Amino acid sequence: MFKPKHAVLAAVLCSALVAQAADPVKVGIALDISGPFAAAGAEARDGFDLAIETLGGKLGGQPAEFLKTDFAGNPEQANQLVTRYLQRDKIDFFTGPIASNSALAVGPALFAAKVPFISSNPGPSQFAGKQCNPFFFGQYQNDTYDEAAGKFANEKGYKNMVIIAPNYPAGKDHLNGFKRIYSGALKDEIYTKVGQIDYAAEIAQIRAAKPDAVFFFLPGGMGINFIKQYIGGGLKEIPLVAPGFSADQDVIQAVGEPMLGLYNTAHWTHDLPLPANTAFVSAFRKKYDGRYPTVYAAMAYDAIMAMDAAVRDVGGKLDDRAAVAKALAKPSFKSVRGEFSYGANNYPVQNYYLRVVEKDAEGKLTNKLVGTVMEKHQDAYVGECAL
Amino acid sequence: MDAIFIFEQLLNGLGYGLMLFLLAAGLTLVFGIMDTMNLAHGSLYMAGAYIAAKVHESSGSFLGAVLVAIVATILIAALIEWLVVRRLYSRDHLAQVLATFGVILIADDLVKAIWGPSPIMAPTPAALTGPVQLLAELPYPAYRLVLLGVGLAVALGLYLLVNHTRMGMLVRAGASNRSMAEFMGVRVGRVFSFVFALGAALAALAGALMGPIGAVQIGMGEAILIPALVVIVIGGIGSVRGAFVAALLVGLVDTAGRAFLPPMLRAVLPPSLAADLGPALAGIAMYVLMAAVLTLKPAGLFPARA
Repeated sequence: MFKPKHAVLAAVLCSALVAQAADPVKVGIALDISGPFAAAGAEARDGFDLAIETLGGKLGGQPAEFLKTDFAGNPEQANQLVTRYLQRDKIDFFTGPIASNSALAVGPALFAAKVPFISSNPGPSQFAGKQCNPFFFGQYQNDTYDEAAGKFANEKGYKNMVIIAPNYPAGKDHLNGFKRIYSGALKDEIYTKVGQIDYAAEIAQIRAAKPDAVFFFLPGGMGINFIKQYIGGGLKEIPLVAPGFSADQDVIQAVGEPMLGLYNTAHWTHDLPLPANTAFVSAFRKKYDGRYPTVYAAMAYDAIMAMDAAVRDVGGKLDDRAAVAKALAKPSFKSVRGEFSYGANNYPVQNYYLRVVEKDAEGKLTNKLVGTVMEKHQDAYVGECAL
Repeated sequence: MDAIFIFEQLLNGLGYGLMLFLLAAGLTLVFGIMDTMNLAHGSLYMAGAYIAAKVHESSGSFLGAVLVAIVATILIAALIEWLVVRRLYSRDHLAQVLATFGVILIADDLVKAIWGPSPIMAPTPAALTGPVQLLAELPYPAYRLVLLGVGLAVALGLYLLVNHTRMGMLVRAGASNRSMAEFMGVRVGRVFSFVFALGAALAALAGALMGPIGAVQIGMGEAILIPALVVIVIGGIGSVRGAFVAALLVGLVDTAGRAFLPPMLRAVLPPSLAADLGPALAGIAMYVLMAAVLTLKPAGLFPARA
């Protein structure tokens, strides 16, 4: 017989269930899939999606909710999105932006709310040095790719080099990173216009300078323009060296044959022979029509995996934010890049690899692992961090 | 710095100038004759580049790809004219800028929906990949020589069309005084359609030819629209001759700024100052040129409207 007491009990039980179900782990992802970083942002999205699928939509075994909104690479819009994520959605983790300027724009609000920001790409020097924060976790520091390239240039015995980058703060940072380690002579240091289309003048300067090799940091379309015109201009004999972003799968796809033989450095490569990485790469290629993942996809995948491990390590108790940050700082997951640890500034101490663009067994152009350039390398800014 | 280096940079400047001319010629015709600011010109350029790259990839014929790109882009332009631009002829420039800027945003998203957000491959035609030994010490990219040739041919063709044909006469009449031309019995509407199609064809040609030496990606049209606008302002809006001279000037000044300014400054200034100043000055060289021309001749070098 149905008694009112039972109904009350049922209601209480149900509401308890609802309360539990309504409290999933909330992850705010700022997608960067339109605007200036759309290509890299789409790669990151694919990495996030694969990780979420692999984990069955859960984090650390807990139900999770992944909020994804595009902010079009605009720091102002990123800020508004983060405010909404913090105030309305009350997120537990944040990740997503591609560019350093967006990361710098959203950092302070997240840190004030004690929400861990696991970078899926940018590693600005500010957050590595004076403005370091226990709630920010880098994947690499911006300069480290260039430092690895500088070390490679030394080992290769390049005595004279020309280095080239766009004339804006990040361009200077990257060349400074290279110069920090490179010990040979610089024939020329060229700064180009941001968004430059035609590189004939610079290429003529390089031809006249006759360097042993050229190091370039020209992100996105600028790099594509430059490489095509460089090879078309008959400078094939002078090797090109670049940080991995300028020679990743998206760029290779767009440039084609002229990419062959281009040396580049990165903290990850798709043919790193590690079980976690092989599983990631084959799952990625299966999900996305045989396409090789870029480093953006790998980092996005890792960012979600880091959250997963942290939720498990704190036993799902996300209210203790300091404990969550502590768990994140001691990564217990199998990263696709292999073993790594965080330095005092929450930036990784990790290996950097040399890759070269070659044809794979199917005749597809892609990066091939050559070797390790730097082992357990730490960024140059850690000393400025007071953590 | 030897003579060959200077000669090479001169060629580079001419080449860049002629590329800008292909885009600016269409823009200046449409603006000069129809008094319509069509920012979507950059999107037509992008359409030309994407279509040419895709057709080239699947057919293997570069020439065929360029022709298909031109025809397809004319059709797209006709659609845009019919849907949007036709309604804007009588409106003010702000409305035109806003509406055609909207077209840019839609075009960028359409391209992303069709071909994805990543830049696509636009290979150089196989016969033109390598350099040509122009002088004993000067290898020059074969493809860039072709660009130079096409740019000059288009300039000559436009000159003949505008100055020595009946259609050209009507175009000039429309550009210098539209209402007077209408009173004299010129069917300005027909001239408008012709000019819009011609502008689209030139934009598509420029896009298709730029593909092999540049990034074929979303937003490529906006990036090149800025120097193209500088060119038509310097040349005098509506004047093809002005666009030609201004494009070569901008190409030469920009290239010279990048090639010669930094080393010259390094010779006379302390290194740290020169390192900051050189690229900054080179970056604004073409705007300085524009400011100088506008100070001396506020309507540009060859104003179409007297």
